[in-house]
Formats: sequence, C-alpha cells, structure tokens
Amino acid sequence: MITKRIIPCLDVKDGRVVKGVNFLGLADVSSPISLAKYYSDCGADELVFYDITASAEGRALFTDILCEVASTIFIPLTVGGGINTLDDFDRVLKCGADKVSVNSGAIRNPSLIGEAAKRYGDQCVVLSADVKRVDGVFRVFAKGGRENTGMEAIEWIKRGVDAGAGEVVVNSIDTDGVKNGFDIEMLEAVSNAVNVPIIASGGAGGIDHFTQLFRAIPTIDAGLAASIFHFGEVAIPDLKEELHKQGIPVRR
Amino acid sequence: MIAIVDYGVGNLFSLKSSFVSVGADVVVTNDADVLRKADRIVLPGVGAFGDAAKKLRDSGLFQVVIDEANSGKPLLGICLGMQMLLEKSYEYGEHEGLGLIKGAIRPIGETIDNTLKIPHIGWNALHFPEEKHPLFKNVNEGDHVYFVHSYHGTDCAESTAAITEYGGILTAAVAKDNVMGCQFHPEKSGNVGLTILKTFCEL
Repeated sequence: MITKRIIPCLDVKDGRVVKGVNFLGLADVSSPISLAKYYSDCGADELVFYDITASAEGRALFTDILCEVASTIFIPLTVGGGINTLDDFDRVLKCGADKVSVNSGAIRNPSLIGEAAKRYGDQCVVLSADVKRVDGVFRVFAKGGRENTGMEAIEWIKRGVDAGAGEVVVNSIDTDGVKNGFDIEMLEAVSNAVNVPIIASGGAGGIDHFTQLFRAIPTIDAGLAASIFHFGEVAIPDLKEELHKQGIPVRR
Repeated sequence: MIAIVDYGVGNLFSLKSSFVSVGADVVVTNDADVLRKADRIVLPGVGAFGDAAKKLRDSGLFQVVIDEANSGKPLLGICLGMQMLLEKSYEYGEHEGLGLIKGAIRPIGETIDNTLKIPHIGWNALHFPEEKHPLFKNVNEGDHVYFVHSYHGTDCAESTAAITEYGGILTAAVAKDNVMGCQFHPEKSGNVGLTILKTFCEL
C-alpha cells in the first residue's frame, strides 16, 4: 500500500538554511547538507528546498548546494523558488532535483507548466499555490502570499493540472503559522477537484494535526511543514510511529 | 567498472552519485567500447517508451546492450530502463523493447482500482516470491522504495522478482539470471535503494 509522505521544507538564502533551525547535536544548523542528511536519517520521505535568494550570486550558491545535497542524500528532492523559465528547470534538474515547483512564475506565465511537463514529464512539475479566503472565496496569491491575483484558486489549480502539473502543493495562508491544524476545508475542495497527488501545507502544530489531516481526507498524499520540524516540536520518527499506530500507512 | 548508459534521456546525476556513494567505480557513457569493457551495465530511463527506445537505437547502443546481456554481463534496468528489458510496450502505440525478458508493458490503469491516482507516485512496499533473486538478498519483505510510473510489466510472471500493491498487483522488479530491472528508483529509495545498488555491484 502506498504510504503517506512526510515532507520537511527548508528555506535557503545565499546557500544557508534560514528561518532559524534549532537542533541539538547538529554542528552546523544552517548547512543545507547537514540538515538534509539529518532529515533523511530521521525518515523524511522527501525534501523540499525553497530558494528565497534574490541575487544571481545567491542562485549560483543554491545550485552548488543542491548538487552537494543530491550527491549525499538519496531520497526525492523538490526545488522551488525563483522558477520562471525552462532554463530554471534545467538549472536545478541538472543538479539532481527530481521535481520542480512553480508558483509565481506560473502565475506570470501559465504556459510554463505545459512546456515544462512536455519537456520533463508531468511527474517533474509541481504546482505550488498560496491560497487565502477573500470574502469567502479561495483566491490565489502571488509573490510569497503578498499579492492577491484575484484568480479563484480551485479553477487555477485545475487549470495547472490540466496543463500537466503532476502534483499540487496547497499552502493555506489562512492557517499558515497559526499551528492550529491543516486547512481541511480548503484541502478537501482541492482534493475533490483534481486527481493528482496533493501535498498539504500550512498549519501543522503537532502530531495530531497530521493524523487529523489523513483521517479527514484519505486522498491527501503528503503533509509538509517547516518550523515544527526545524524546532524539534515534532520529531519525524515519533510522528510516523503515531500515524502507524492510528492505522495510517507510513514508511518506517 | 560499472557503465551507466547515456542515450540522452533524463538526468543521470543522482544515479551516478548513488553508485559513487556505495563505493562503485562508475562511468556515464554513450561509447559502445566502454560498455563492452564494463563489468556491469545500468540502463536508466525516464519519459515515454517509444521515444526512449528510438533514442537507444539512434545511439547505436540497442544491440550492444543486448549482446552484452547475452554474454552474461550483469545488466540492471531502472524505471523506464527496466521496462525496455521486456519485449514490447503499449504506451501510446506499440513499441519493441530489448526483448531480454518475456512480457509487455501496459498502463497500470488496466490493473488497478480506477479510483486511484495515476501515476503511482510515492513510497510503497516490496513483496518477494519465496525464492528471492540474489539482487534482493540484502533487503527485507515489506521494505519501502520510491516509485514514479504509469505503466508496468505484464505477462512476465516467470521473471517477476518483486511486486507492490496499489489497488492491485504491480510489477516492481523483474529478473532473469544476469538481467535485472527495478520499476522503482533505487537511487531515490534511501538506504534500501543503496543496498540494492551495492548488491548489484557485487553480483
């Protein structure tokens, strides 16, 4: 039986992990390589690297780091952040990324999804959508959640999947950082609309929230989180043990 | 020396790195002589079967891979590379494979419960027959590996070396003596995958 995936997300700026990471026993807590290794050893099913660098020098550092991670860690790697063109896909895939996630780049240029899917295969293209309720309607936000595009989110996601996105990450801006659980209502709406793997993001505050997520929506494939893993609030082995106890299939 | 066949499909960085990490002497090559001199050959592959088979023919390596396998050299196909070991594929038409293993590639949708998502993406458990092929001697029943595929091997029961369950039974690995193939990605399957690659290097 296919297992539910647990995915830590690392924000990288100028080649270093940011957003503060607070582990005991790690010599260099902002090294993407030591963190990636740590998570891989803990049983993370996949890693997402999000490049928040603005400068060209920072971008080059990011790809160097990615190459190093991909030659040390042998689980699937997804890369996002600053993906605007097919050349950007090429740049990160050459360094060992398995999937590339597009967000604002696809909003600016929706044909990017189809072109990338045609060249690299659907399985390689992940549509990441930042979604927030505005007057009771799910809207897509761009630029890291700062700008309301006015587009209705479910329609946008359907369009992306039709164009060839092989997976969807749904980040709920409404629940992000609140640590009160995933946005079940939003995820359910997306789940009912598309038939590709869906990765839930935003709102996890503890182990119970993952159990709730997979119980409430059995068709959700994965749960993604950042700070609760980085700050050790949730240890991946404990999370997987609990999910297993609750009858939710996980890789252990 | 292990030679990874480079015939212009997909990126071989991770695959090469995974062999390096288990201590193998590995090269990525499109040179027939290097394949002939190698102790073991790895046939990778992503994308569509017809396109990949054509590229392998155009590279002039199609027959070289067959000849080397027939000479008894260990050959490991991975993902689409595994699919190419079989006789044919029905992915968008009908295409001829290397024919080293009896069987055909068909859509997983013909096998599985139709409410499930396709491709089959993620970590799933391996189940082995009573008599395991030596490639899997160091991994356990139920170990998880990473899959990404929409097609799988059918009519290959006599060479099925592992299966996985996804709303039905899918072929996870095939093997016939020195010719082996994994539908999953050992280079993306953590320690279980690396163990399989290491075992291949020692066969």
